[in-house]
Amino acid sequence: MTLIALSLPADARVKIDHWIAQSGARVYLVESHALPIVDIAVEFAAGSAYDPREKAGLARLTLAMLKAGSSRYSESEASRRIADAGAELRENFDVDRAGFALRSLSSEAERKAATDTLADMLQSPRFPADAFERERARAVANILEAETQPDRVAERRLYALMYPEHPYGLSASPASLAAIAREDLERHYRTRYGSMQAVVTIVGDLSRDAARTLAEELTSRLAQGERYALAPVAPSPPTETLRIAHPSAQSHVLLGVAALSYGDPDYFPLLVGNYVLGGSGLVSRIFREVRDKRGYAYSAYSYLRPYQRAGPFLVGLQTRRDQAREALELARTVVAEFVARGPTEAELNAARKSLVGGFPLRIDTNRKVLEQLALIGFYGLPLDWLDAYPARVRSVTLAQIRSAFARRVDPGKLSVVVVGAPD
Amino acid sequence: MIPSRAAVFAAALALVSAAQANPHEFSLPNGLRLIVKEDHRAPTVVHQVWYRVGSMDEVPGVTGVAHVLEHMMFKGTRRFGPGEFSRIIAEAGGRENAFTSTDFTVYHEQIHRDRLPLAMRLEADRMVNLVVRPEEFAQEIKVVMEERRLSYEDRPRSLLYENLLATAFAAHPYKSPTIGWMRDLQNMTWTDALAWYRQWYAPNNATVVVVGDVRPEQVLAWARRYYGALARRTMPGRKALAEPEQRGVKRVTLKAPAELPYLRLAYKVPALRDPANDWEPFAISLIAEALGGSDAARFNQILVRERRTATSAVADYELISRCPGMLFLGAAAAKGRSASELEDGMREIVARVAAEGISPEELARAKVQRLSELVFRRDSFFAQALELGELESVGLSFRGADRIAERFKAITVEQVRAAAARYLVEDGLTVAVLDPQPLNPRSAGAAPPAAKH
Repeated sequence: MTLIALSLPADARVKIDHWIAQSGARVYLVESHALPIVDIAVEFAAGSAYDPREKAGLARLTLAMLKAGSSRYSESEASRRIADAGAELRENFDVDRAGFALRSLSSEAERKAATDTLADMLQSPRFPADAFERERARAVANILEAETQPDRVAERRLYALMYPEHPYGLSASPASLAAIAREDLERHYRTRYGSMQAVVTIVGDLSRDAARTLAEELTSRLAQGERYALAPVAPSPPTETLRIAHPSAQSHVLLGVAALSYGDPDYFPLLVGNYVLGGSGLVSRIFREVRDKRGYAYSAYSYLRPYQRAGPFLVGLQTRRDQAREALELARTVVAEFVARGPTEAELNAARKSLVGGFPLRIDTNRKVLEQLALIGFYGLPLDWLDAYPARVRSVTLAQIRSAFARRVDPGKLSVVVVGAPD
Repeated sequence: MIPSRAAVFAAALALVSAAQANPHEFSLPNGLRLIVKEDHRAPTVVHQVWYRVGSMDEVPGVTGVAHVLEHMMFKGTRRFGPGEFSRIIAEAGGRENAFTSTDFTVYHEQIHRDRLPLAMRLEADRMVNLVVRPEEFAQEIKVVMEERRLSYEDRPRSLLYENLLATAFAAHPYKSPTIGWMRDLQNMTWTDALAWYRQWYAPNNATVVVVGDVRPEQVLAWARRYYGALARRTMPGRKALAEPEQRGVKRVTLKAPAELPYLRLAYKVPALRDPANDWEPFAISLIAEALGGSDAARFNQILVRERRTATSAVADYELISRCPGMLFLGAAAAKGRSASELEDGMREIVARVAAEGISPEELARAKVQRLSELVFRRDSFFAQALELGELESVGLSFRGADRIAERFKAITVEQVRAAAARYLVEDGLTVAVLDPQPLNPRSAGAAPPAAKH
C-alpha cells in the first residue's frame, strides 16, 4: 500500500466563506474567478417531508408555483428574462429540501437580470389561481404516468414500507393533490420559506461584497418563517415483501431500510463499508455477484442516502422476470454476508484508497462544489467537512464498519418490493 | 429590461479565443491522434479514448455488436484478468466507464493528474491486447439483454424513439438501435465481438483526448511511451451511406403500457459537415432552441401554458453527427387530451415557423442560450473533452470548436426563415405516436393488484 495514494493533494481544497445575512439566512461562498460563471442555490427546509399526509404533493407544487408569477414579473416575463440572460434555472427538491439552483454568466447585466428574477420569485410569488389549476393537473398527470413505470412504482412502494408513519414515506396521489387549495400553498410558503431557514450558496465569479449584497437581495423580503423539527424515524417496522403485478419484461427489485442521517457518527463507517458492498460502480460485491458472475442485471447497486432524519440504505437491481427470485435471494445473501463479516482487510484498504484518492473528483467543477456546499449549509455540517473528509475516511476501521452495519442494516429488517413479479 | 447581448457575446468569445491557442494536437507515427487541453482549475484530469466506429458501421444481423464489444473491453486482456482494469482504476481513486453511440465508441477515466500514466497504460493495453473469452461473453451478453429490457423494452418513450428511427430510415443504418435488436443479441457469438475488435480497434482509428491539470509536452511523452509502440492496422473501407429522399409523411404507432399519449416528430435536416461554410445547421439549432429549448420557448408557452394540451414539450437537434441530421420534437399529452390534438398543435407551431421564421427577439434569445451553453461547458473537464472528441471523431477538426460561437452569432433572421421553409416540411417528417395501454387489460381502471407475502 502506497502512502502517496492516501495523502490528499494540497491543492484539492475548498476555501469556504460563511456568514449570516441580516435577514438571518445562512450564506456560504466559494469564490472562483477562472470562469465567467456564477452558480447560486437558495434552499429551504420545505421538502416533501413537510407535507400534511392528506395533502401530499403540496411542497412540490408550491415550489413549481414560485415560477408562475411574482409581484414584478408574470410567468412568461420571468421565463423570458432568465432565457434572455442565458441563465439556467433548476428546481431542487427532495424529502428535506426545496429551492432553486441558478447558473448565470457573471457579467453584471446578465447576472443581475437573472438574480433579480429569482429574488422576486422567491420573495413575492402570487400563486395565480389559473396557473395553480394547470400545475396541479400536470402533477396529477405525472403521478398517473409514474404509476405505469415499474421503477417509479417500486420506489414509491418501498418508501411507504420503510417509512409507514414518517413523512419520508409519503407520496402524492390524485386524491391528495385534489385536496390542496391555493391557500395551502400560501400557508406552506409563508411558514416554510422563511429567511431564518434559508440557505444561500454561491460558487464562482462573484466578489465577497457582491455576494453579500446578493444574499440580502435574495432573502431580505422573506418572512421569518417558523421553526419546525421533523420527527425522528421510528424503529424499523416489521419486514415485508410486497409483490406488485406489472406487464414489464423485467422485475424491478428494491430492498431498503431507514439507516442514516447527516451528522451521525456512523456516517463514515457506513460510507466506506457501502463502497465495498454496492457503492463502487463496477467493482462492488453486489455488482460482481449479480452482474459479472451471473449476468442477472445491467444495474445492481446499494447506496446510502442520508437525510435530516434516518435516510435509506437501498439495494436495487432489475432482472428478467423468470430469474427474479434467484436474483433477490442472491442480493439478500450478499448483504447478509457483508453485514455478518464486514469487508476483508484488502477490500477495506482498496476502499480507503479509492475514496481518498478520488476525493479531488468530488470538487473539481463549480457545480460539484455548489452541491457539496449546499449540503454543508443545509445540514449544518462543519466548515472543514470537505477538508476533513479524507482523514475521516482513512481512520475508518473494520470493527467500526461491522458495528455500524450490524446496528443500522439488519438484513432481517429490509423491506422488499418486487414490481413485475414472477408469475 | 433586456440585458446587453453584446456583453454576453464578449464573455463567450473571450473564452473561445483564449481557448484558441490552448488545445494542442499531436499525431503519433502509428496514426494515433492526441488532443491535449490544459485546465488548471483542479488537480484532476479526464482521459478519453475515442474510436471512430459506432453502431452505424454495423451490418444487418449483428446490430448491437459495437456496444457489446464495449462491454467486453472490461473483461480482460493478455496482461490483466477480467475486471482488473476497473479494480486498478478504482484503487487509484479514478472513475471510469464507456459509452457507444451511432457515431463512435468512447472509453474514459477521470483521475488525479498524477495517475494519468496509469490510465494511459491500461487503455493502450486494451487497444491491442483484448482477450474475448467465450465464458465471459456468455455472461456479458445476458447483461446487455438486461440493459435492453431496462432501457427500451420497459420504457415506452424510448421504444417510441426506436420505432421513430426505424420508420424514418429505409436504408441508412441509423434505422437500427445502438443497443441492437433483441434477436440479434440472442444470436450474437463471441466471435462476432472479436471480429469487430480486430476490424476497428487500432491506434490509427483512435483519438485520445486529455483535458485537465497537465502539461501538453508531458502528456505527449506519456502517449508516446504507452500508445507509441502499438501497431497500425489497415482499416476497412467505409462505404458512403445515404438515405433515399423521403417524399411524404411517415407514421408509426406504438401500443405500450402508459397513461399519457406521447408524440415524437422528426424532420430530416442537414448535420454540420463544414464548420467554416455551412450555415443551415446553425440556423436549425437556433430553431430548435426557439421551439423547445427553454420555458420561454414556443412549445412550452403555447402547448403547456396557454392551450394546456401538453404536460411537457421539447425540441432537440444534434449539430455534430456522422449520421443524417434530425430535428426531434417530443411532447406528452395532458390528461384528457388526445394524441391527434397534440400533433395538430405541434405541427401548427412548426408550420408557422416554416412560413414566417422567428422574431428577432427569439433569435437573439436562442443565440444567447447557445453561447451561454458553450461557456457553461467550460466548468467541466469532461464536457470539454467531449466537445473536442466529438468534433474530431465525426471528421471535423477540434478547431471547429472555436468557430462555432462565431457561426451562431452570424445567423440572421432571414437565414432562419430560409432554413425553416426548406426543411420544416411534411415530405421529410416522421410522426411516432405512443398509444397508451392499460397496465392490466383484465382490470382496466382498477388499482394495480398487490399481493403480500
